[in-house]
Amino acid sequence: MISPVSKIAYCASRTCRFRKPIDVRALLEKGLDELGYRDRIGLVETECLISCFQGPSIMLLPGGKVFQVLSEERFTETLRGLISEPQLPTLPPPGEPRIEPDIPGIEHIDFFAKQRLIVLRNRGHIDAESIEEYIAHDGYLALYKALTAMTPEGVIEEVKLSGLRGRGGAGFPSGTKWEEARKYATFPKYVICNGDEGDPGAFMDRSLMESDPHAVLEGMMVCGYAIGARQGYIYVRAEYPLAIQMLRTAIDRARRKGFLGRNILGTGFDFDIDIYPGAGAFVCGESTALMFSIEGKRGMPRIKPPRSTESGLWGRPTCLNNVETFANIPQILLHGGAWFRSIGMEDSTGTKVFSLTGAVKNVGLVEVPMGTDLRTIIFEIGGGIRGNAHFKAVQLGGPSGGCLTEQHLHLPATFDTLQAAGAMMGSGGVVVMDDTSCMVDVARFFTQFSVDESCGKCVPCRVGLKVLLGMLEKIIVGRGEPSDLDRLERQAVHIAATSHCGLGQAAPNPVLSTLRYFRHEYEAHVREKRCPALVCTDLIRFEVDAEACKRCGVCAKVCPVEAISWRKKEPAVLNRDKCIRCKACIRACKFKAIH
Amino acid sequence: MKSGSSDVLKEFSAEQVEKLDGIIARYRGKPGGLIPVLEEAQMVLDYLPVPVQKRIADGLNLPLAQVYGVVTFYSFFTMKPRGRHTLRVCLGTACYVRGGKSIAENIVKEYKVGEGETTPDRRFTYETVRCLGACGLAPVIVVNENVHGRVKTQKLKSVLDEYQ
Repeated sequence: MISPVSKIAYCASRTCRFRKPIDVRALLEKGLDELGYRDRIGLVETECLISCFQGPSIMLLPGGKVFQVLSEERFTETLRGLISEPQLPTLPPPGEPRIEPDIPGIEHIDFFAKQRLIVLRNRGHIDAESIEEYIAHDGYLALYKALTAMTPEGVIEEVKLSGLRGRGGAGFPSGTKWEEARKYATFPKYVICNGDEGDPGAFMDRSLMESDPHAVLEGMMVCGYAIGARQGYIYVRAEYPLAIQMLRTAIDRARRKGFLGRNILGTGFDFDIDIYPGAGAFVCGESTALMFSIEGKRGMPRIKPPRSTESGLWGRPTCLNNVETFANIPQILLHGGAWFRSIGMEDSTGTKVFSLTGAVKNVGLVEVPMGTDLRTIIFEIGGGIRGNAHFKAVQLGGPSGGCLTEQHLHLPATFDTLQAAGAMMGSGGVVVMDDTSCMVDVARFFTQFSVDESCGKCVPCRVGLKVLLGMLEKIIVGRGEPSDLDRLERQAVHIAATSHCGLGQAAPNPVLSTLRYFRHEYEAHVREKRCPALVCTDLIRFEVDAEACKRCGVCAKVCPVEAISWRKKEPAVLNRDKCIRCKACIRACKFKAIH
Repeated sequence: MKSGSSDVLKEFSAEQVEKLDGIIARYRGKPGGLIPVLEEAQMVLDYLPVPVQKRIADGLNLPLAQVYGVVTFYSFFTMKPRGRHTLRVCLGTACYVRGGKSIAENIVKEYKVGEGETTPDRRFTYETVRCLGACGLAPVIVVNENVHGRVKTQKLKSVLDEYQ
């Protein structure tokens, strides 16, 4: 009984578990037991096989074919087919419960074919808890190369040559930062990995820390060697307990293998890493605030300069990079800066991981070369808009980013083009919105987020954002005046110009970008007291358009307070005295006859 | 400090207090130890009232103001005990008119808990919300992550009995 399959990876993420409550591991164990393959085929728990839209998924290795687990029944039988002949799975008759090989191979469908995996290359292929598997996939080879064949200056040169820019949001050239940190002869120095991924809608750092923690560690070690540091910290937000656990395991294994600690690989280089769990403050993603938080203080940003490369953690030179940035480092050293530079665009090299969410068909993590246009990301990889709605806007960069429109879809996604268009790369959250989203409401949502998360240190952010929020709320309930739009814009510009740290400066971006591209929606709110997307409840008249009404009666059925009366072949009639404006009818009406 | 521990920390068991002291001792003298101490302490004690903060401040040789400042800054820390389950009643208009109000009144009376408070047996932390967008299911209550729709006052107890 020889099987061409040596391992089966299964996804243990929340997304898959919530899609179908099937205990895939137990099923696989039972199946392999019954088939007598238990000792021959290994099971690998992975965090994500990036096919969240069709989970729970399993992947056969070698080969990497992904299959969907549809049901528990007859699983063992189908599994027999898969592991004995993985290239030609036998299809049970239609309608039967089965594992459906509906994806022939990763390379054949757009969602995977358009991606280029550098950072996510090990995702699903290795067991994140096994350092041996990481080593077998060229793990720690870059560290070995750096320590034995390169000078620290040589490492920095290679990183500079690669053109790598920080993946946390600002896009600062990493090589330049490392060079700065090396320059100062104050010791000890520190390396910090920023794993405080706070943007709503972004989860690539969590996925990386959970599925390939050693790559992050290796990047940090190389950085430590380059700048002359002996201690690293990973700051992980408290909301990511599994990431913390995976990193703890990885650090422990690396120490035991001699990759961390004293005299690493016999080269005399000492380096160690500790994990620092955050405590729930969005502002701690800002580098100086993060360092105060590690010091055990309130996480409030300070004035720069001095830059942290000169005076960072405990006043020492500190090099802080994002999780994804560090995960790129081993590949750059292994294949060379010139190779990395050949991917992507002139000013934005390499790949970027985006977390694609919102109103698209395929949601999940997407790694593409920098400069891939937004249309490819949303329509080819994302599969377009869900349902029969239309594309309206794409929000990039979380609460610090902005909304772009159809006219921007041709834009290559690079740091500078997105910034110029009024959005930003940010950490890579891509939230797609269809025509059921109201842009004023979206601006309000992000402003509310920034109000809640403002640290309170400086007035423009603490007070100014509240004023901004108040103006938006006034518009949303229908008390806005045309002059409010100019005032809104002025207020937003002031906050951006006078706030103390990057978060405050970027917080008005959602307002500014929606004002810029969706001013007509704001105009409709303040002049006609109308919300075109039918989101802002106070601006909806709750009237039935007798012409558009197809007399189906669905609205009358869903109304919780019986405010809609309907008789066959007659348009529905809405009694506004009874109506409680819950919008159940608007959601139910397929003909948009109620507004 | 030792003598005062029995009365200021009386809501915690001797074992919990001992664990707290153990945590403080492990981080004493380490730079930047405050937040890990608070995180571990909250795991043992569930919440961090001022007497606990005082004990941590004394143990780590920090001003109480700094400890209090950190506890109130980060959303992860709480100074009030939370229940084992979070119970949210929707008082959005649809739920309100379809009996949400009487459910809310019923909870206050039956479980002896005010809004934003926790029952004495720490079973529920009770909150009200304005609208969950599930008006078609009105009235709605949400326990932890589970949405229960069309809840009637008579059925309320049987729904909540699932959560002990």
